[in-house]
Amino acid sequence: MALLSITSPHVKGPQRTAGIMRWVILMTLPGLALQTYFFGWGNLHNVIWCSLIAVAAESLVLWLRKRPIGFYIGDYSALVTAVLLGLALPPFAPWWVSLVACLFSILFAKHLYGGIGYNPFNPAMAGYALVLISYPLAMTTTWANPVASNTPSITETLAIIWELSPLVDAYTGATPLDVYKHEVAVSTAEEIRSNPIFGQRIALGWEAVNLAFLLGGLVLIGLKVMPWQTPAAVLAGLALPALIFGWDEDQSAPLSLHLFAGATMLGAFFIATDPVSSATTNLGRLIYGFGIGLLTYIIRVWGSYPDAIAFAVLLMNFAAPFIDAYTQPRAYGYKKANRGPKASDKP
Amino acid sequence: MQMIQPEQWVQLMANTDFVKLTQNGLWDNNPALVQLLGLCPLLAVTGTVVNALGLGLATLIVLVLSNVAVSLIRNFVNDSIRLPAFVMIIASLVTCAELLMQAYTYELYEILGIFIPLIVTNCAILGRADAFASKHSIVPAALDGLMMGIGFMVVLLLLGAMRELIGQGTLFSDMSLIFGDIARDWEIQLIDNYNNFLFAILPPGAFVGMGLIIAGKNVIDDRIAKAKAARAHDVKTGSKRVRVTGNIS
Repeated sequence: MALLSITSPHVKGPQRTAGIMRWVILMTLPGLALQTYFFGWGNLHNVIWCSLIAVAAESLVLWLRKRPIGFYIGDYSALVTAVLLGLALPPFAPWWVSLVACLFSILFAKHLYGGIGYNPFNPAMAGYALVLISYPLAMTTTWANPVASNTPSITETLAIIWELSPLVDAYTGATPLDVYKHEVAVSTAEEIRSNPIFGQRIALGWEAVNLAFLLGGLVLIGLKVMPWQTPAAVLAGLALPALIFGWDEDQSAPLSLHLFAGATMLGAFFIATDPVSSATTNLGRLIYGFGIGLLTYIIRVWGSYPDAIAFAVLLMNFAAPFIDAYTQPRAYGYKKANRGPKASDKP
Repeated sequence: MQMIQPEQWVQLMANTDFVKLTQNGLWDNNPALVQLLGLCPLLAVTGTVVNALGLGLATLIVLVLSNVAVSLIRNFVNDSIRLPAFVMIIASLVTCAELLMQAYTYELYEILGIFIPLIVTNCAILGRADAFASKHSIVPAALDGLMMGIGFMVVLLLLGAMRELIGQGTLFSDMSLIFGDIARDWEIQLIDNYNNFLFAILPPGAFVGMGLIIAGKNVIDDRIAKAKAARAHDVKTGSKRVRVTGNIS
């Protein structure tokens, strides 16, 4: 028996992009299922519609750039961008909102910078921020209302998204974060919570969806598909100011709402961890993640957008190379870590 | 100052390389696309064609007149105080342009706001005054100002048209602000019920649009350079005899 044992080091095969991306897509599915259960068929439609656009746009650009199309489509990166956009966009967002967001993600945020591996910004969030700035009305009035007595059927959903029938007010409503943000100035926490969209616990529907994304993310960390530092730091960065400033529910949204009522879990586990646009050192990931959480809190509470994951992620994407440069670990054989700007960076 | 006699005018005209100045201003050394000067107004007010045209015309007039004035005083101003002198000239011309716009196109004047007085700080104007007009006689200086101004205005118009089209789905809206009542129905509505794309109207859209225009120019330049290289290569190829003796070179 002893003769058959293999000596160390035990090297597993390298993780390939396609493998990572497949796992990421797979682990968003529970969240998507719950979104469909609570908010209707809109998110599912958006995921499929965005995937079609993303794959078509990616193929087109790869063909124009004379790159192997099959190879780059096969790494699933375009599909991940599309799935994240589909999950993040409001369920009843009109078809052209998803189209613009998706095209901008793939064409501008990804391929103008050189394609996968070269994009400094998370493509999905760049597309999301673009439509959030460009179409404020369409992006705030098309969130689903989970309290509606019956969620719209597939045909109704399609008719609303493809603008064949007008938006039905009964199906839509403001998000819990939006409601809390606007009513906290004039009402007490108890009065705000009497709004049925908050349900019995934290926020009807949203809490379950966030929990699903949290579990999916934990599985990914367990499988070592993603590092634990980034999501942990995002949650800490959001929780810390929420505990300090949000202890009085009558003044600002409580911690539970911040963690389980927006895109927090999706952002922390699936968006901030994008291997291309996030920081790459372990210490850097902690700083990068904490920055995202902190900025999210700042924009949510003092800014004019009720949810802020997209802007926080984009801002920290911007800082990621800088964080990396100053958090390089000490290499074996050297006394000191080689930090700061490299000689080759100087003009 | 000495008056220029008619025969000297002819001499001046003959010494001017019109083609080179035109090519420089419009393409090779375009103030907006190559020198990247005057980007502040370029990015800020090109939301519509009419805004772009208004600012472009004002800049063009100031640029031509300042180049002429600087060229006229170039031999009388001490080198060490030339920049303040040029700025004084440009500032007075901009004040004239501002007052004219206030008088004749009041609504446009209101829309463009601070960006009209800011023409003073447009580096394209001071740059041409210092780099060209202060070293050349009046005719080339005026022509340089005209061509640089047109080059700048064309980019403004292109960017304005792009942003207006993508941002609000129209072209030439509100042209009556400049051209009066005849321009009331110039507006072209390209797409009915267009959902305004705010990103294109806001400054970030101007950066992206500008980047695309510069990229487009670089692509065209590349193509031209490649075509030239290919032609140059063709000329070299001729029949070559195989050498059988001596050193092969």
